[in-house]
Formats: sequence, C-alpha cells, structure tokens
Amino acid sequence: MTDITKQAFAPARAFMSDDLLQVFYRLAAALLICLALAILSDSFLNLGNILNVLRQASLLFFIASGLTLVVLTAGLDLSVGANVALSACLAGTVIHQTGSPALGVLAALATGGIIGLLNGLMVTALRIPSFIATYGMLWVLNGLTYWYMAGEIIHGFPAAFRQIGSGYLFGLPIPVYLLLIFLSIGTIFAQRTIWGQEIYAIGANPVAARLSGIPLSRRLLLVYAVSGTMAGLASIIFLARLNSAEADIGESLTLPAIAAVLIGGTSLFGGVGTVFGTFVGALILTLVLNGMNLLSVNASWQPLVTGVIVILAVWLDIKARRRGE
Amino acid sequence: MREAVLAVTSNPLQRIPGVAIMLLLLVAVFGAVAPGFMSEVNIANVLVQSTLLLMLSLPMTLIIMTEGLDLSMGAVLTLTSLMVAIVSVATGSMLLGFAAAVAVGLIFGVANGCLVAALGIPPFVATLGTLGMAQGLALIVSDGQSVVGIPHSVSEIYSAAPFGIPVPIVLAILAYLLFHGLLYRTRFGAYVFALGGNREALTYAGLSPTRLLISVYALGGAMAGIAGLLMTARMNAGHPTAGLGLEFDAIAAVAVGGTSFERGNGWLGGTALGVLAVGVLRNGLNLLALPSSIQVASIGALVIIALFLDGFRSRS
Repeated sequence: MTDITKQAFAPARAFMSDDLLQVFYRLAAALLICLALAILSDSFLNLGNILNVLRQASLLFFIASGLTLVVLTAGLDLSVGANVALSACLAGTVIHQTGSPALGVLAALATGGIIGLLNGLMVTALRIPSFIATYGMLWVLNGLTYWYMAGEIIHGFPAAFRQIGSGYLFGLPIPVYLLLIFLSIGTIFAQRTIWGQEIYAIGANPVAARLSGIPLSRRLLLVYAVSGTMAGLASIIFLARLNSAEADIGESLTLPAIAAVLIGGTSLFGGVGTVFGTFVGALILTLVLNGMNLLSVNASWQPLVTGVIVILAVWLDIKARRRGE
Repeated sequence: MREAVLAVTSNPLQRIPGVAIMLLLLVAVFGAVAPGFMSEVNIANVLVQSTLLLMLSLPMTLIIMTEGLDLSMGAVLTLTSLMVAIVSVATGSMLLGFAAAVAVGLIFGVANGCLVAALGIPPFVATLGTLGMAQGLALIVSDGQSVVGIPHSVSEIYSAAPFGIPVPIVLAILAYLLFHGLLYRTRFGAYVFALGGNREALTYAGLSPTRLLISVYALGGAMAGIAGLLMTARMNAGHPTAGLGLEFDAIAAVAVGGTSFERGNGWLGGTALGVLAVGVLRNGLNLLALPSSIQVASIGALVIIALFLDGFRSRS
C-alpha cells in the first residue's frame, strides 16, 4: 500500500472507530446516571420503574429515529410533535368509526408519511430552509388538529389494540420489541445500504454528493417521508398507551426528540451520527426526566432542563468539531 | 445591472411590493365576505391588536436579516408578561413590573445572542433551547396558574387614549420610528445589513460580529419585555401560556414582508405591512367565526406562499 492510499483509507477507518467510541461514551454516561439514581432514590431499581423507563425511551426513539436521518442530511424536522398529534387524532377517529385497528394504523402511517412528503417537497422543490418549512408545517398541523378535534377527546380503544402500547410479552413491554425491530432496521439502513450511505454523503458535503451522481432531491424526499412515517408510527403507540387521542398530545414531544438526536451524537451540521446513538440519547434523556420525577422535582422543570440539554449537546458537538479541525 | 432596472420599470406591477398586494387582496376579500370588517370600530380594533405583533416583528426583522432566527420570542414574551403581572401585583407599581419584564427579556436576548454568536450554535436550535427554558420558567414562576388582580395602572396602558389615540398605537409608532432610524440612519444599521450580507467585511473593518449579533438578539429580548407589558395590560392578567406561538406570527409577518432568510435583505416597511396582513387575516377569519386554529393554519400557509414567492423571485 502506498502512502497515498494509506492516507485515503485512514480517515475512513478512524471515522468508524470514532463513531463506536462516541456511542460507548454515551452508554457509559447512561450507566453513570443509573448508578446515581439508584443511590439517590429507592424506587429507581424497582422493576416497574425500569420497564417504564424502557417504554418511555422507546416512544421517544420512534420519533427521534426518523428525525436522525433528517439531521444527518444537515436538515431539521420541527413538525414531528404536531405530526404525532394529527396522526393520532385521525387514527383514533378511524378506529372508532370502523372498529378496525389495522385501518387505524394504516391511517396514522399514511398521514405521517404524507406530512413528511410535503415537508420534503417544501425543502427540495420550493427550496425553503428545512427549519422554516417544518416550523410552518408545525403550526399548520397544530391548527388543523385543534380545528378537527374542536376540544373533543377520543377515548376508549379495543383491548387488542391497546396491547401495542401497554401490553407485555415475556415480561417486557411490547414497545421495547418494536424498538429492537426499528433500531435494527434503522441501523442496517443507515450503515449497510447504499441509500443510507448516500444520506451521510449528502450531509457531509451536498455539493460533492451531487457531483458524484447522488439524486439529492429524491434522497431528501425519502428522508423527510421516513421522518413523517415514523412520527405516524409513534402516534399509534401513544394512542394505544394513553387509550385516548387529544389535540395537545404532541406539544411537548418535539424538543425531547431533537434532544435525543443531539445527545446521541448526531451533528446538526450533518454527516455524523448513528441511529443507535439516538437510542442511547433517548435513554439518557428519559433517565434524566425519570430521575427528576423520582426525586419529586416539579414537572414544570422538564422543558427547562430539556432546553439546557439541547444547547449543551450542540455546544459539545461544536467544540469536538473545532478540536477535530 | 441596467437590464435589471429595465426589467423592473417595464412592468409597473413589479414595482408594487408583493406584501402590499397581499394586504390589499386580504382587505378586499374580507371586506366582501366578512360582516362588519370595514366598520370603523373593527379597523381600529385590527390596528390596536397589531401593535403587540409589531413590537416583536421589528426586532425579528433585524434578527432574520443577520441570517438568524428567534424561536424563543413567544415564550420569552409569556415570561415577561408574567413578570409584569407578578411584580406589579406584589408592589402595586407598573414601572417596577415593566422594568422587571425588560430586564428578563434582555437576559434572554443576551443569552440567545451569546449562544448564537459566541458559541456558534445554529440560531434555530439555540433559540429552541431557550424557548424550552423560558416556557419552563413561565410555568415555574406562575405555578401553572393565571396571575390576576393586576393594578389599574397596568391595564390602563392598553385602554387609555389621550387625544383620541390609543396608547398602544403611540407606542407602536414610536417603536417603528426608532427601528427605522436605527436600521437606515445609523452605523449600527449598516452593520446589521453587513451581518447578513457580508460578515467578513465587518471583521476586516475591525468590528466584532459577535458583539453586534449579541446586541441584535438583545434588542429582540428587550422588545419582548415591552410587548409583555402590552400583553398583560390587554389581558388584565398574566397567563403561563399566553404568548406561546406568537413568534410564529412575527416570523410570518417578516417573511410576508419580504425580508429574506438567506441573503441579508430586509425591509422594515414590508414588515409593518406584513404585521397588518397577519392581523387582517386573523381578524377576518375571526369575524367569519372560524376558530383560532384555522387562523394559525392559514398563517402557516401564508408563510409558505411568501417564502415560495421569495425564492421564485430571487431565482428569476
């Protein structure tokens, strides 16, 4: 191997091991938080509480996993929370009208997917910056949901459907199994498929990606559609867990989802991060919020703490990048 | 260059700004379909209600001109409005409440500016983080409850009308003139244009873009403090979610007004017309008995149309 080829291959290898190292640090942080909580609170190591943390982390992960792909392309999807709300309300109506949970699931996935596609179209065809386009979408969806629900609550779903959110299989909550499935699919898609690698390439350097023949618009469209569809999926699990649909269920979800992605080590500037990292990010955030709960900190502190965490995560990312340069 | 001028002058329609056409269209449509829209009382109502939004949209224009964004403005407004309520109820003094609101607004503005300029965090994420913080603080200081029993001296700010002109209108005109002077008549204004269009030039000229950016965001925070006084006076109460989402109306007004998100071009007159367009849209839909949720959705659509036209015009 000549020096030149060595140089060409070295960064690629360093990049992979660096990725693993980043995830390892975060897992260690999650363990430290667990340790601290186990010492500080008697009820943390309770089986019920641990299963609860896992379930909450899964819910957060579903929204954050699709968002991770968007952030990998250096974009942002601020509409995920509002998407969950509208999808859940429409799916709830469908289940109530038809009595068929399958149709409800379909309605939620379709609603989420269409919203994602519209976001993608605004970003690609209209060339609106993603954070503005999806922020506008947030308010459009919010408005539509409140108008559609008109203050009503859809309550009471078939027991079989509710199992998706609150049931157990071999002692583990069903959302945890869904988490494992989607974590595997997401990781394989991002790391082991050409489309996944193209998404990294777009985030790392869009100009180079376009020049090397990657169909930028189509891949971006895909990424936003996946983000929307995952929000639709999350809405199903929320619906099954809460056993009711209300217009405001998505309001406090967007900031935690973004926090999970950023804590997980995905860079806002694109091209760096993993879906598995986002899972660890969701776990860390859930542990922190759960810990505050166990230590009886008022729930009003949650948005404040989440906001601080978001800013800290981005700041650390920026510092790491500067050191890298 | 000459070709561009010729293209503009050859079609008189293109000399009229898009936002003016949009405003006229909205007024015409609602004048035709919404009962009572054209009445003197209603028009005065639209104008007075738009003052609060103008207070937020003026600094938002400057922030967006620097290729920035302030998503925290609505939450900070909520918090400053609560500060006015809590402090004025505790001390009985409108001025102390007002001072507390401006102080809290300034702290958040400076924090936003530091996060964006000194730490280099992208503005939409930095201000999303401070949005969470302000929202959390609003819930904490109010304990999730409305603050009532506001002194008369506060609510008077909204209802009094010396010489027949309501105080909010006077404040809005003053604020507009202040920002107009600041942006077009001072060196600071020229720097704001440079922050968006040509930041390097500032560094070469020996100026600190960091400090300038912090002042721009600080201005936004201070104006959220002033708007907080108007809001508490209008509602005659402090409410822990009152201002949430208002930053979207402000961003909409700026976008509709023709300020670009990417090139550092801004136009305060356009923002003022944009504020009126948003106000007319909300008022008209309200008169048609459509819920506020539909108003929000329509404003979202208005923004997307405006941004589309902005991108379309800049490309053609």
